[in-house]
Amino acid sequence: MSKNIKFLGLLLTLIIIFIILLKGLNVSKDYSNEKLKSKIDFSLNAKKLFSDEIINISDLFDKNSPSVVNIWASWCAPCREEHQFLMKLKNMNINIIGINYKDSPKNAKNFLSSLGNPYSEVITDNDGTKSIEFGAIGVPETFIISGKTNEIIKKYIGPLTSENLIEIKNLLEKNA
Amino acid sequence: MSNYLGNYSLYISLIASVYLIFKSYLDANSENKYLDKNFILITSIQTIMITVSFFSLVAAFVISDFSNETVFNNSHTLKPLFYKVSGTWGNHEGSLLLWLLVLSIFLFIFLLNSRSQDTKYKLLTILFQQIIISGFLVFILLTSNPFKMLYPIPSEGLGLNPILQDPALAIHPPILYLGYVGTSIIFSASLASMISGNIGDKWARHIKKWVLVSWVFLTIGILLGSIWAYYELGWGGFWFWDPVENVSLMPWFCLTALLHTVIVLQKRNSFKEWTIILSITTFSLSMSGTFLVRSGILNSIHTFANDPSRGLYILSFLFILILMSILIFFFNQNKISNTAKENFILSKETAILVNNWFMMFFLSVVLVGTIYPIFLEVLNGSKISVGPPFYHNLLIPFLIPFLIFMSFGPSLKWIKDKLKKFNYNILIIFLVSLLISYVILTKTENSFLLSIPLIVLSIYLLLVTIKDFFVSKSSISQKISHFGFSLLIISILLNGLFSNEFNSNMKVGDERIFNDKVVKLKEVNVKDVDNYKSLKASFEVTNKNSSFALYPEVRIYQQPLTITSEADIKTTLFSDNFLVFNILKDDGYYNVRYQYKPLMIWIWISTIFIGFGGLLSVIRKNEQKY
Repeated sequence: MSKNIKFLGLLLTLIIIFIILLKGLNVSKDYSNEKLKSKIDFSLNAKKLFSDEIINISDLFDKNSPSVVNIWASWCAPCREEHQFLMKLKNMNINIIGINYKDSPKNAKNFLSSLGNPYSEVITDNDGTKSIEFGAIGVPETFIISGKTNEIIKKYIGPLTSENLIEIKNLLEKNA
Repeated sequence: MSNYLGNYSLYISLIASVYLIFKSYLDANSENKYLDKNFILITSIQTIMITVSFFSLVAAFVISDFSNETVFNNSHTLKPLFYKVSGTWGNHEGSLLLWLLVLSIFLFIFLLNSRSQDTKYKLLTILFQQIIISGFLVFILLTSNPFKMLYPIPSEGLGLNPILQDPALAIHPPILYLGYVGTSIIFSASLASMISGNIGDKWARHIKKWVLVSWVFLTIGILLGSIWAYYELGWGGFWFWDPVENVSLMPWFCLTALLHTVIVLQKRNSFKEWTIILSITTFSLSMSGTFLVRSGILNSIHTFANDPSRGLYILSFLFILILMSILIFFFNQNKISNTAKENFILSKETAILVNNWFMMFFLSVVLVGTIYPIFLEVLNGSKISVGPPFYHNLLIPFLIPFLIFMSFGPSLKWIKDKLKKFNYNILIIFLVSLLISYVILTKTENSFLLSIPLIVLSIYLLLVTIKDFFVSKSSISQKISHFGFSLLIISILLNGLFSNEFNSNMKVGDERIFNDKVVKLKEVNVKDVDNYKSLKASFEVTNKNSSFALYPEVRIYQQPLTITSEADIKTTLFSDNFLVFNILKDDGYYNVRYQYKPLMIWIWISTIFIGFGGLLSVIRKNEQKY
């Protein structure tokens, strides 16, 4: 085999490998249930944390504007970290609905009374099934849900950061 | 403060790098006889600047300066000082800075160490090494700057993944990087020698030190990673064929082949092209390792960053380097003076060539197993997982011829050897190993046809390498490394053959009978320690005539919330007893896994032997004779 053919062959192989790896970079490695779940089933019933009253969750959402849903628990350390950002969101007049995940009502109420309550309403989720309906895999998670279409616009897995706040505000304004 | 210091030092280093690239390129084309003094000066300035930058990041970690984003993301005030420091390289940005630091320090040492070499060759080595350094500098500054500032300054950091808080892992990346980066010097030097046409025995003697140094660091780095996986991950194995592990093993195969080939080049002045190809491949594999690990293209428990722009940059940079080296190789091939002499079948050269074939085979198996899933996913979207059976089925049968070759290859003479008269020593050793294997194999039921020749041959090889200490005239370092390797193979085989385990759900007070032992869970103590909550279980394992206690632990860390299992391992010279437990639910039951692993410690000891042999060869002056 002449030198040139060897060289060209090698070059061609390299280019093919390069292209494949390049494509490989863009293959999504995100195996969260974000993709599986795009809509919320609003026919769910849930119990309120403070009044023990059972309601349909569709009552909690504003039909005309998007809402923020936050799944939290008093035993979850990252939730405690995230709490300050939720309070900031509240101070921006943003409506946040809390889902209290696998928690004792007493601890949950203590958590909110000592740190402040950022939620307009909190529903309890003793066995974690409500959170599954939202497609959550753990705590904390935060969802932006469009009131008109029941669709999940955005989902944050893990504690919110200061950068997320601006993003959430912009998202809400865009979808209002 | 340290943010600015670190950031601007990097920019100064980049300017130094650009200057050195142009200067060395221009000087290499002129016929200067001596190396301009500025080269040492600028290189030392660059090295000092990168060191300053690295230590300002370390300082930011130590004082928990959360205005630095890297520190904020990866540290916490409650972390012990040791892990604050090691946290510096426990993340993407910091680890790249460490890569860079080692790159520049190695170039500096290279310059100090190669005074007697040809000027043009030195200039070209500086050129190629600076291209790599500037590539990394740009990569760090553009996509992974460790000195990004946060405002307002957070009061507390997000913490370091507790699974990474382990002494072995704290020093594993730096050691491994020393090995990876050492290959960059070999790469630059071999390209330089290709262009300046000085490949030969003299060059081989000079580059052999770098090959050995990188090889020793890579060996020890892999060992530390393996020890970490064994003690910390709590899976009870020492090698999982995880893509990230494979990525460190591939350059090792290549470097091992290179190590042997360089000796041929030094002794016989042949295998010139092959040496260059191996040097290029070794470095490309080290770089690909960085690409695969850092781009998030792999699905692995180890993947860290997941940022496509970073992946794109490393991928492009990697391919530019490979393309450059291929171009240089093809256009300078005619400069290689063909001094190849006649090769005889029965000679040390042939034996080393055979070693190279095996290394290349092992390398290709691991390479295919690691990147084929990526290719398949891109080509037709299907996800496959390549696990241990693939590697075992493809590698283990080929160990048989490999062990045979290794038992007699090293004692062959250079140029041409004769078939000796029948050697009774060899026969005796072979019969002894047959006998030992028979004794061993009667103790196990699960002996497959394949394991019989493997055990026999590995014992045979072990005895031969021991015999060589007294008889063979080859270097002591080679004897130690080969002895270590045979010990490693036999330990792995016996460990695989005789390991057994049980897995059960137990609550406090329960007993399980396993083989001839009774395992009892006595109690579980809950305690708050520094930055985690600890559940320490107390187990008692009773044998026929003895008993010992094991205290595995579950740690619940708060920042970030992570649960880790600390296995408790009772190690003796003969076996490890490994016990790990996990929390199930709140009903008082714990999942308990107990493993009996014979000769575990010998896997570590033998690898230390392998590395020690290489180290001895670096520091001993009269090694050059062999």
